[in-house]
Amino acid sequence: MSVISRGPVSRAGVLAATGAFTWRALLKIKHEPKQLVDVIAIPVVFTVLFTYIFGGALGGSPARYLTTLLPGTLVMGITSCTMYGGARLAQDVTTGVFDRFRTLPVWRGALVLGHLLADAGRYLLAATIVMALGIAIGYRPAGGVPGVVGGVALVVGFGLALSWLWAAVALLVRDPATVMSLGLAVLMPPSFASDIFVQPSTMPGWLQTFVRVNPISHVADAARDLMNHTGGTAAVTWSLLAVAAITLVFGPLTVGLYNRQS
Amino acid sequence: MSKLIGRTGSDEWAVQAHGLVKLYGKAQALDGIDLAIPRGQVFGFLGPNGAGKTTTIRILATLTRPDGGSARVLGFDLAHERDAIRARIAVTGQFASLDEDLTGYENLIVFGRLRGLSRAASRRRAGELLDAFDLTAAAGRPVGGYSGGMRRRLDIGASLIVTPDLLFLDEPTTGMDPRSQLGVWQLVRDIAAAGTTVLLTTQYLAEAEELAEGIAVIDHGRIVAEGTSAELRARTGAGTLQEAFLTLTGGPTDSSPTDGPTDGSPADLVLATSEDS
Repeated sequence: MSVISRGPVSRAGVLAATGAFTWRALLKIKHEPKQLVDVIAIPVVFTVLFTYIFGGALGGSPARYLTTLLPGTLVMGITSCTMYGGARLAQDVTTGVFDRFRTLPVWRGALVLGHLLADAGRYLLAATIVMALGIAIGYRPAGGVPGVVGGVALVVGFGLALSWLWAAVALLVRDPATVMSLGLAVLMPPSFASDIFVQPSTMPGWLQTFVRVNPISHVADAARDLMNHTGGTAAVTWSLLAVAAITLVFGPLTVGLYNRQS
Repeated sequence: MSKLIGRTGSDEWAVQAHGLVKLYGKAQALDGIDLAIPRGQVFGFLGPNGAGKTTTIRILATLTRPDGGSARVLGFDLAHERDAIRARIAVTGQFASLDEDLTGYENLIVFGRLRGLSRAASRRRAGELLDAFDLTAAAGRPVGGYSGGMRRRLDIGASLIVTPDLLFLDEPTTGMDPRSQLGVWQLVRDIAAAGTTVLLTTQYLAEAEELAEGIAVIDHGRIVAEGTSAELRARTGAGTLQEAFLTLTGGPTDSSPTDGPTDGSPADLVLATSEDS
């Protein structure tokens, strides 16, 4: 009978299992493309809107303003979708399919990693859209291809560090809707209270203090330094350290929380 | 060869459990479960809602750790050889289900890959199973839109990608129409005939009587009787397994009988599937 197929006992290796979970996460995006609406809409709307509404007033001309704005909207576009992987993970751990995964002899971290790799796919899509749009409306990055690639890589790295953070949150709250609304509530204010859109010099003192310690400002500065080839390295160093620190704290924490589920 | 293949485990017993205890807070979900299930059988685990059937299955399938007792599954120690067990079992049921967002075909491929099949082998196996389970026409549709019967067929199919030595079926026909129920019963017989031990939980007496060689009746976290359905009837002096069950579990549940299986609440069906006819 063809429903019976006895093979030798085998198991999927770490790579095969992670690949299968990544493919599954990407299929979920394919079946529910509205997951990509935020990824596309936020950077597009903010880039276009701010360039033409405020560009003349803030940067002298839209094209000059883009030099400051575009690396910033790239950061904003990517950070604002960092909670998707976590939300999907929260959904997984509360549905029956998670139990089925747990009865398989595969490395337990593969499911979490699959969601994170799918997140990286989202970030690259968002980055491609922002860059293509920016160049179409007049952004000319002085850093050239290496600068742009470096800037995008740094911002995607920052996004992945935040993905770990949201995955940990997801395993604590175990509710996809809560992860999404928490993500929005936590990420939106610091995106604006940063130096993405304007220089903080006209802001009240307490807000300037916040903008200066806000990691989003630092990562935006770093992306500007790389893409516009300013020669500055402090923000880049700071950002790399922040990415490493967040990943080193929340990576193990997430894996620990995930293993506790069993 | 993988370390997992080094040993084949016990040839005699699919499950040997001693004194399994599980506490949820102060509630004693399992109060010392002993089980000995020979290989190659369909073994029925029968009991009312909340009796401890699913908890026992979850423990034996490595999903929940017991608070007391020990068990060997296919000869492997449940506490220390979980991966060896996982490589040889499959779980289908109320709790372990499928990915609603993915199509039937995609679900089978994901599980094929996770079972260690190559991409090509996963695709081939998915096609075979969809064909065998009469789901080819629905293969490209998300599982969320499947009927109960289709879903359960696919669910069982996903457990057979690599045919397991031990298959856990948690209430495989709950909520199914009678025709789909017969289809699943036939499938269980076929799987058992091919040498797989099937551990089946059910609230339906007819299902236990129809399929299971050995039956354990569980109530309030304890095994209250064990044997074939004839033995259980003889022991309780009951004419039917239904009467035996009611005697063993201390009376009817709080649901009212209906005329036959419906899509209604599972509890209704305990009394509905009478053996009188």
